[in-house]
Amino acid sequence: MKRLSFVFSLVVSVAFIGAAHAGTLDDVKARGSVLCGVSGGLAGFSQPDDKGNWTGIDVDFCRALAAAIFDDPTKVKFLPLTAKDRFTALQSREIDVLSRNTTWTSSRDTSLGLNFVGVVYYDAQGFMVRKAAKVSSALELSNTTVCVQSGTTTQLNLGDYFRSNNMKYEAVVFNTADEVIKAYESGRCDVFTTDVSQIYAERLKLSKPDDHMILPELISKEPLGPVVRHGDDQWFDIVKWVLFAMINAEEYDISQKTIEQRLKSDRPDVKRLLGIEGNYGEQLGLTNDWVVRIIRRVGNYGEIFDRNVGADSRLKIERGLNKLWSKGGIQYAPPVR
Amino acid sequence: MTDVPVRRAGTRASWIFRPRVRSAIIQILLVALVALIGWYIFRTTRQNIAAQRLVTGFDFFWVESGFSISQTLIPFNENNTYARAFLVGLLNTLFVSALGVILATGIGFLVGIGRLSQNWIISRLCGAYVEVIRNLPLLFQILFWYLAVLTALPVPRQSISIFNEIFVNNRGITVPKFVFGEGGGLVFGAAAVGVLLALIVSWLARSRTIATGKLVQVWPINLALVLGLPLVCFFYFGVSISIDQPVLKGFNFVGGLRIIPEFLALLIALATYTAAFIAEIVRAGILAVPRGQTEAASALGLRRSKVLRLVVVPQALRVIVPPLTSQYLNLIKNSSLAVSIGYPDLVSVFAGTTLNNTGQAIEILGITMLVYLCISLVISLAMNIYNRRIALKER
Repeated sequence: MKRLSFVFSLVVSVAFIGAAHAGTLDDVKARGSVLCGVSGGLAGFSQPDDKGNWTGIDVDFCRALAAAIFDDPTKVKFLPLTAKDRFTALQSREIDVLSRNTTWTSSRDTSLGLNFVGVVYYDAQGFMVRKAAKVSSALELSNTTVCVQSGTTTQLNLGDYFRSNNMKYEAVVFNTADEVIKAYESGRCDVFTTDVSQIYAERLKLSKPDDHMILPELISKEPLGPVVRHGDDQWFDIVKWVLFAMINAEEYDISQKTIEQRLKSDRPDVKRLLGIEGNYGEQLGLTNDWVVRIIRRVGNYGEIFDRNVGADSRLKIERGLNKLWSKGGIQYAPPVR
Repeated sequence: MTDVPVRRAGTRASWIFRPRVRSAIIQILLVALVALIGWYIFRTTRQNIAAQRLVTGFDFFWVESGFSISQTLIPFNENNTYARAFLVGLLNTLFVSALGVILATGIGFLVGIGRLSQNWIISRLCGAYVEVIRNLPLLFQILFWYLAVLTALPVPRQSISIFNEIFVNNRGITVPKFVFGEGGGLVFGAAAVGVLLALIVSWLARSRTIATGKLVQVWPINLALVLGLPLVCFFYFGVSISIDQPVLKGFNFVGGLRIIPEFLALLIALATYTAAFIAEIVRAGILAVPRGQTEAASALGLRRSKVLRLVVVPQALRVIVPPLTSQYLNLIKNSSLAVSIGYPDLVSVFAGTTLNNTGQAIEILGITMLVYLCISLVISLAMNIYNRRIALKER
């Protein structure tokens, strides 16, 4: 039913709201909060904890956005969305930004009327099976039943992989991630497939996580990042540069711990980033101390990674590709200047 | 009295007070207003779509789908287009709805009549069925059948096997499949001709009974036609028939015909749920036939089964058919709850996966609504024609 309401509001908003409607930043300021679409429950990315507070890397990104605008990371309203509902919710202005482990693809970036701002997490699709099945490679999965979530790139990659390897399979398609993992656990499926980071998170929900293993094959590129609507370049710039600022801050060793000391730094690139020199924040439509706000309130990219999915979290995922370019990974942000 | 002719001769202002003119003006204004709102919606929609640079149109139909579907009545794979995916979804919806309607009607009539039975246990059992099933939410029942019953069955390796031919497990029910060799089509053609001829024979026999009052035994002739004709055809042309046995190979059974648990759960839930409502409609219909009719029929010496078949049910049908139509429509629309258990119906495949991959919400939802509307209108039309045939004819 929720889905219908999104679709209905899409139709209503497209049908009744006048065309020249820009100024998401003004709307956000007038409302006093950022509306952020997240996943309903994906450990490490966005999940409410036992006190009802949202946690995760996708959640922290939205908090950073709120910090940059309001100097207050709590001025975010989180709206949990299923994979199926997420784009409709964004198109229909139910949310200002979609930060929901969403893969950047060309069709989503163009024909869906959306803009991807960058990559928060470089992911890849993998497979999970029961250890008892005694399978060591995805190429042995011929004639299996696979549980998968509807409306994801996962569903399409799955088709590509089995088709190109001439393997038969049956895909059972569910609406929510919860339904998928439940069907897998009940034995309806032999294989569970999604992005590897998500497999790690979903495996924690199983009654015996150690009875299941992730196969070595990674079958796709899944760059996950925040998304905004077409038609508001200023808002697009802000969301994009909040992400870049967090990556740059890690590169310049500006963290929650070091920020006060780094404010006294005389390195010109650090001074520019922290708004001591130049008016780069104002150019974005924010204040010049926008990066200071982000770092003080939320932290840099490395901090939110480690806290939510990396070494300091339950998931303990290696940084791998998500290391900075200067440390052997591919996370790289254009300079602030 | 003198006023009236004066008014009729009337000045020009008086025409506006005439009821017919007034109602015409109001109706024209209303239509104009609706048209204006429609035009406004259409125009702003187009402007907004252009502003967001969303892709529109129906070209997406001819794009390769790239996904697979677990139950398909026509062959489908990743290379097929979205148009074919739409067709697969539509057929799945129609398939589960058609079987659901037949089953629900059967169960509903049995339970409805059973509730009026003089046998205390049968009537109470039927009563309990209606009260329990009717008062639980349908979505809950679908999930119950799916999660608590069907996916709780053993894994394929530990399947429950019936005579080593039929295998029941949490992937569904696998049965052997009959594969006809060359000439198989002829056998099916002969069967169809047989059914057609049997219908004609029944109709002739009926006309004769009405004309002469004599009962004609037709069932032996009909049996010979329906079964005999294809059998003769089968042996005459020497059609080969082979059985495709399901075999456990690796993870799953290969071969045979498999009924997926999503389909079974949905079918059972839809049929039993709607049957509870139909049972009440049937009971109401039967109770609406005056007792005098039953008594008169018994007085004529008819057996109870004949009283029911010849006197009560035909009259009860007049009361039953109109609300029955609504139940059929409900069943078809409720089949879209399939989405919650992964049965690939129209809403799941088309308004779900296809919508998400193409992003063309307005077109896809428009088409989906239109499809449900068309199915419902066709059913209602058919039921109205049937109702007109059985309705009381006043001569």
